[in-house]
Amino acid sequence: MNTAGKTPRLFRRRALLLGAAQLTLVGVLGWRMNQLGVKKAEKFRMLAEKNRINISLQPPARGLIYDRGGNLLALNRQVYTIQMVREQTNNPEAVLNRLAKLIPLSDTKIAEVLKEMLSRRAFVPVTVATGLEWEHIAAVSANAPSLPGITPTLGLNRQYPVGPDFAHIIGYVGPVSDYDLAQVDDKDPLLLIPRFQIGKNGVEAKVEKTLRGKAGTKMIEVNSVGRVMRELDEQLGTPGANLQLTVAHELQHFATKRMQGESSATVVMDVNNGDILALASAPTFDPNKFINGISVADWKALNENDYRPLANKTVQGAYPPGSTFKMVVALAALKFGVANIQEEVNCPGHKDINGRKFHCWRRGGHGRVNLRKALRYSCDVYFYEMSLRVGIEKITETALALGLGIKHDLPLPAIHSGLMPTKDWKQRNKKEDWYIGDTANAGIGQGFVLTSPLQLAVMTARLASGSQIEPRIINMFDDKRTKIEGISSLNFDPTHLDIIRTGMYDVSNHPRGTAYSSRLKSTEKIAGKTGTSQVRFISKAERENGVTKNEDLPWKRRDHALFVGYAPYIKPRYAISVIVEHGGAGSRKAAPIARDIMQKALSLGQNSYGPIHNQKRLNIDNLKRKPT
Amino acid sequence: MSILINAYQNIPTGFRKILYFHWPLALLLAAVSCIGFLMLFSVSGGNFDQWAKPQMIRFCIGFVAMVIIGFTPISIWRNISMPTYIISLALLLYVEYFGVSGKGAQRWIDLGFIKLQPSELMKIALIMVIALYYDWLDSDKISKPLWLIPPLLLTALPMALVLKQPDLGTAILLGSGAAVVILLAGVSLWYFLAGVSSIFGLIYFVIWSKGTSFQILKNYQYRRIETFIDPSSDPLGSGYHITQSKIALGSGGFSGRGYMQGTQSRLNFLPEKHTDFIFTTLAEEFGFVGGITLLTLYIMIMLCCYLTAMQNHNKYGALLTLGVAATFFFYFCVNMLMVMGLAPVVGVPLPLVSYGGSAMLVLLGAFGLVQSAHIHRTR
Repeated sequence: MNTAGKTPRLFRRRALLLGAAQLTLVGVLGWRMNQLGVKKAEKFRMLAEKNRINISLQPPARGLIYDRGGNLLALNRQVYTIQMVREQTNNPEAVLNRLAKLIPLSDTKIAEVLKEMLSRRAFVPVTVATGLEWEHIAAVSANAPSLPGITPTLGLNRQYPVGPDFAHIIGYVGPVSDYDLAQVDDKDPLLLIPRFQIGKNGVEAKVEKTLRGKAGTKMIEVNSVGRVMRELDEQLGTPGANLQLTVAHELQHFATKRMQGESSATVVMDVNNGDILALASAPTFDPNKFINGISVADWKALNENDYRPLANKTVQGAYPPGSTFKMVVALAALKFGVANIQEEVNCPGHKDINGRKFHCWRRGGHGRVNLRKALRYSCDVYFYEMSLRVGIEKITETALALGLGIKHDLPLPAIHSGLMPTKDWKQRNKKEDWYIGDTANAGIGQGFVLTSPLQLAVMTARLASGSQIEPRIINMFDDKRTKIEGISSLNFDPTHLDIIRTGMYDVSNHPRGTAYSSRLKSTEKIAGKTGTSQVRFISKAERENGVTKNEDLPWKRRDHALFVGYAPYIKPRYAISVIVEHGGAGSRKAAPIARDIMQKALSLGQNSYGPIHNQKRLNIDNLKRKPT
Repeated sequence: MSILINAYQNIPTGFRKILYFHWPLALLLAAVSCIGFLMLFSVSGGNFDQWAKPQMIRFCIGFVAMVIIGFTPISIWRNISMPTYIISLALLLYVEYFGVSGKGAQRWIDLGFIKLQPSELMKIALIMVIALYYDWLDSDKISKPLWLIPPLLLTALPMALVLKQPDLGTAILLGSGAAVVILLAGVSLWYFLAGVSSIFGLIYFVIWSKGTSFQILKNYQYRRIETFIDPSSDPLGSGYHITQSKIALGSGGFSGRGYMQGTQSRLNFLPEKHTDFIFTTLAEEFGFVGGITLLTLYIMIMLCCYLTAMQNHNKYGALLTLGVAATFFFYFCVNMLMVMGLAPVVGVPLPLVSYGGSAMLVLLGAFGLVQSAHIHRTR
């Protein structure tokens, strides 16, 4: 009790010192609370949500693709997948080994699965096998008691029932790759699903977003180890839009088959509204092989083939049109008043231009020919003359009006715009002046002129109809027809067009026409034009010693065979273009193919749109699990 | 009793003590405890029986104990300071060899109705014994080095035992509590300067000793220190506690998500949600406002202690009061620093709020001592 009665001042001082120190610490606490709870609240709140809520995506069913007649071209097949949950079994390896006796499962795959399972939490399902048949699932289900942790689940996989016929139009889907992700500026979270299927080629790729649909989401509350506590919210996705093509499967299939063995392409379109009825490129390939990733061997085989099966030559190929271009020159000459029906030009077999000999395909020449005969016989000299008279700028102007040299708007990848040269173009790209000889070459569809089969078909359709026909390949998205712009009349004199048409009629129907042997023998006549475009330079020496026959040349140096035409001659309905790469003479190789395809097209009747066979739209949600 | 009568002339006796009881302090303690009940009810997901009910029962027992201890003259507590210390030390030794293991630490003595933690008891016993020592010691001897040895020994003994359990948090609290009483007793500040610098030296040595044959701390304790310094180094391992705790705290924002609306704690993202990390739930559900409110209540409790200590001319009572207050302060300060990521995770509960019997009872008992010092203070 020695201090009783007087508290030393020292104690008070120390108490205040201590109090001050403690208050400082409290200040730190308050500051920190403010910093965490107020200043950075937003950030932490987000982190907290991420902690708690796991959003799982419910992939939508991809839109189906139908042909003109309502036949299914691309569908979604239910596939069975087997998943395994590690925590439900004591010995995953033994279970997998037992499973391997029931379904195809290699040892390396088992090792992979085991590794993946160990790298994840015990309750996470790991995919063991996919693309299984119902029989496998049945076997697994029957043996379920001995396969703890194994669950069969259902998914959707794309399938192309008509396979190769539509490979170039529809393209194919494939698992999304890192490359795809880098390419697209698409924030769709679906793309982050491993092995999610997206369009890689053709229509599948071009209208990807429409076909894909929108993902549904399932919000799941999870606890700290990721175990599902409850479902918070489910939003159903929207399945992708179905689409109907203008293409008729029967015709497409026929065309593909007819061109088998050749490297060729054909486009058939409706001359009145631009509907593409067939767009085939041969050889073709099986798009189903791509769906789950193509094997290296298959890929190599497709890629190293000289006939380029992967390329859609109808829109991606650009070839010198050869004589099929002569209608353009003739129309230009008529329009700009440098030619008339009566005038005859003498063809001695060649024409001298600035001291250079430009040859006609017929060595002896055609004698005196007027415009109609020039088209009928495909006389080169006549068109040399006309092209020189009208000039390259006017030829190109006419060609553009007919749909050549422009990129047509179709949902297909890598559409070639072809090439219609002008003096400016040559100056810019070749750094050379335009020579008069260049015009003469262009006059017979050689030289710089390049066209794609699609463009030639559009040209033919426009010549046949006299209207501004635009090609179209998608008829409907779901129930909505795609817009057809008002078809305006072309700015050509109908009498001029008639002159061209009679010339084309003669080509197929006059006994001396170049395509007479490939005429239609029915009452509905075909009017056309053959073309044989050179891909090599024929030297003076070779010409004197006799031009080497196509059959004696290596394939890659042979001429391209072309044919364009429309039918029936009266009230035309269809236009066609055919190219057989390095096929030789157009009259011999391309014209018969065109005739057969045209005959088929005409035999299909009015070719109106068929009702879509009302297949129930598959949605993941609609899928019923088979009893397990 | 003649001495007593002589010394405590103005001291209330009998039921008059009720009037002199420090009611504001008692109410504040009850208020904080109520916050605890609310939070325990919330983290159990609305299960009253799980944590809230036992905690309430303990509070009631503790409150009664506080009143009884408070009504007991401070001189009696002064006289049994040494025995209390010796008993606590014995119990500490006992758990060292016979204790029930919980989470790798041997800390409990099962008394049937409660699992007693002798280290909790020791926190108060140590303060009592050191206060007694300086009350007894002549003031001119206080700063003599030789007279500094007994309190240091008294502190070092239980600290060593607690460290061996190992319980770093309690050891730090023990040392700090003792240091505060020694400081208040008036020991020269130079000793403290030396003490603080030697502690920093020790910390350096402890860290340096890692991996050597005489490694001082357990590996998990080193990991805690490392992840404290850089929590992102191990976000799913040891750093998980701190990261998740900060997320929960921060996600409360200014006014919180609302009572029972906290998601982080109830979905088990938070470790020890009902014990050491309960403050995060409070901050998540009541936000910055809730946190500051609790802090304010704590400060007011501290203030009560300071005010009564300053008025108390009984050195033992004054030292004891501020010693208890300091221990209480270290509890909530270290706990809050820890959950807010400013201190390593050392396992210190939030006083009166965290679930736990020993801490609640011992703290209320300690405040009973403060009440006793207040009622029986020399005016």
